[in-house]
Amino acid sequence: MSNIQTIVGDYVSTSILKQPQRKILTDEPLISSGLIDSFSLVDLALFVEDTFGVHVDDTELNAQAFDTLDQLANLIQSRQAK
Amino acid sequence: MTTFSQKLQALYVQTPERVAITLQHSGQPDLPISYRQLMRGANAYARTYAREKIKPGEVVVLILQHGEDLVYSFWGAILHGAIPSIMPFLTEKLAPERYRADLSALISVTKPSAIVTYPEFESEVRGALKEGDSVRSIILTHKLEAQTDPDFDSLPGMKRLSEDIVLLQHSSGTTGLQKGVALSHQAVFHQLDAYSRALNLSDNDMIVSWLPLYHDMGLIAGFLMPILSGIPLVLSSPFDWVRAPYKLMQSVSQYKGTLSWLPNFAFNFCAQKIRDRNLENVNLSSWRAIINCSEPVRFESHQAFYERFKSYGLQLEALQCSYAMAENVFGVTQTDLSRPPKVEEIDREAFMVQRVARPPMNDRPSMKMMSSGKPLSNTHIRILDEHGKEVPERKIGEVALQSDCMLTGYYHREDATTKALRDGWFLTGDYGYVSDGEVFVSGRKKDMIIVGGKNVYPQDLESLTYEVPGVHAGRSVAFGIFNDEAGTEDVVVIAEVQSEDTAEQEKIADAIRQHVTTNSAIALRYVKVVGPKWILKTSSGKTARSANKEKFLKELEEQNK
Repeated sequence: MSNIQTIVGDYVSTSILKQPQRKILTDEPLISSGLIDSFSLVDLALFVEDTFGVHVDDTELNAQAFDTLDQLANLIQSRQAK
Repeated sequence: MTTFSQKLQALYVQTPERVAITLQHSGQPDLPISYRQLMRGANAYARTYAREKIKPGEVVVLILQHGEDLVYSFWGAILHGAIPSIMPFLTEKLAPERYRADLSALISVTKPSAIVTYPEFESEVRGALKEGDSVRSIILTHKLEAQTDPDFDSLPGMKRLSEDIVLLQHSSGTTGLQKGVALSHQAVFHQLDAYSRALNLSDNDMIVSWLPLYHDMGLIAGFLMPILSGIPLVLSSPFDWVRAPYKLMQSVSQYKGTLSWLPNFAFNFCAQKIRDRNLENVNLSSWRAIINCSEPVRFESHQAFYERFKSYGLQLEALQCSYAMAENVFGVTQTDLSRPPKVEEIDREAFMVQRVARPPMNDRPSMKMMSSGKPLSNTHIRILDEHGKEVPERKIGEVALQSDCMLTGYYHREDATTKALRDGWFLTGDYGYVSDGEVFVSGRKKDMIIVGGKNVYPQDLESLTYEVPGVHAGRSVAFGIFNDEAGTEDVVVIAEVQSEDTAEQEKIADAIRQHVTTNSAIALRYVKVVGPKWILKTSSGKTARSANKEKFLKELEEQNK
């Protein structure tokens, strides 16, 4: 479980924020806080798809669908289970 | 000479059933709107403006998202003879307090009589109002008059004169006061005449756009031109496009789109972020021009786009350029659509030092410049030196223009209007040169950063950093660095603090990122917090942006070694 958060968190800090040292808390808001820019949302979706084999639809790329690493991990796991 | 309302009447009478706009929303079926339906929807708003006692010639600010209400409220204002002005909607990224402050500033300058918005957003808008300001009515989208066929003879919009102001277009600025470009009916029609000719616009065209309507490229090329010319338009939103860029390709394929406009970064964005599985059965051969506009144009971006989509039928000569600005309604130049834009290789040092564009000698470092094309038939261009004197071909100077489609003025901003015009010529603030009658734009006069098609003043970003605890006024610097991969500029902010402690500096960096982003809607790519005496100042104590940029780039290079 915590593995998904770590993998996505590393991706966000390294590839999106370009601050590899930056630790992202698993309950830290990512979208509503503006931490992840809208231009990077599609990268995040493609990363999730390539890494976990789970499709995140473009209509889900907003803070209502997921805003934190925990919420995104839940979404990924619920789809992997299917 | 005609006016918008007269033109709309003609389209309504002659082609009532023709589809004017197909509205697209992610997750919903496409919605075709005929000219008759467009006028019925607009008439509901025209009647509502009348009910609210909005007078012809008064400004109505539209704060709405992509959708039917935005379309109808705009054309309804036209039919009523009022002056519509579209304000960007609040996004997730922007702090509501900042949005309210921007809106208050806009109201104090533009003095609108009414604001149109959603019931859910009413309290936000009310929060921006002040006692005694110009706003008499907040019109909510669920309290409109019924949609009926308009009786054109009784509509106040039919009594407008062609030299009257028809709309305001707010030039982008991140924070603070914005300038509303006031355009007349005749200026818009002069532009549409000249620009349509440069495009060979015809009944066979189909325009596909996701561009926002608060920006000139989206408002003119992706909204007014098709609707007033009887050319069908497929319109989606930037919000949906940025999350699913492949939908642009699918729409072009499905509707046999022929024309689109994109800022430079979008060419890179599409080339990099679309998967093959989203392009199954996509055919782009109908696309006769995708026009690169509103950011510096890059040959490399066209190349990447062409390589990515050529196997889907994309034609090389479909990739084109235009140089445009709201102050000329839209287009200033346009490349010849029958062949790819001219690309010149010029000597880098001669360009930087002697301010001249000439071929590189021997093996000296060179750079590629892509043409933005020839001036439109109604627009004249001059390149001026710092004394306002015209310079010869290939010399770099400020681009000045004169045409019959220039702005009436910056609305209620005499000061700004006077500053921008000299002897009837508009000074664009852009640097460029002319070669063989074609205009090559090479940069900005001011330190403005252009990121993703948005203009950002570094001073605005710097001021925001001073609001972060630990950062003192005058101790930060913002600038853009070009990102080849993204095809646009990345924003860098460097702030000097007392603390040399890395953990403390990281914390301040985070706070800066958060505060600047939520107050400007601009994402920062690099935030660097440094100890005392990092930032270079000029002898007069001012921050030297270009020197700091060089220092930053050098350090970045060292790190990446």
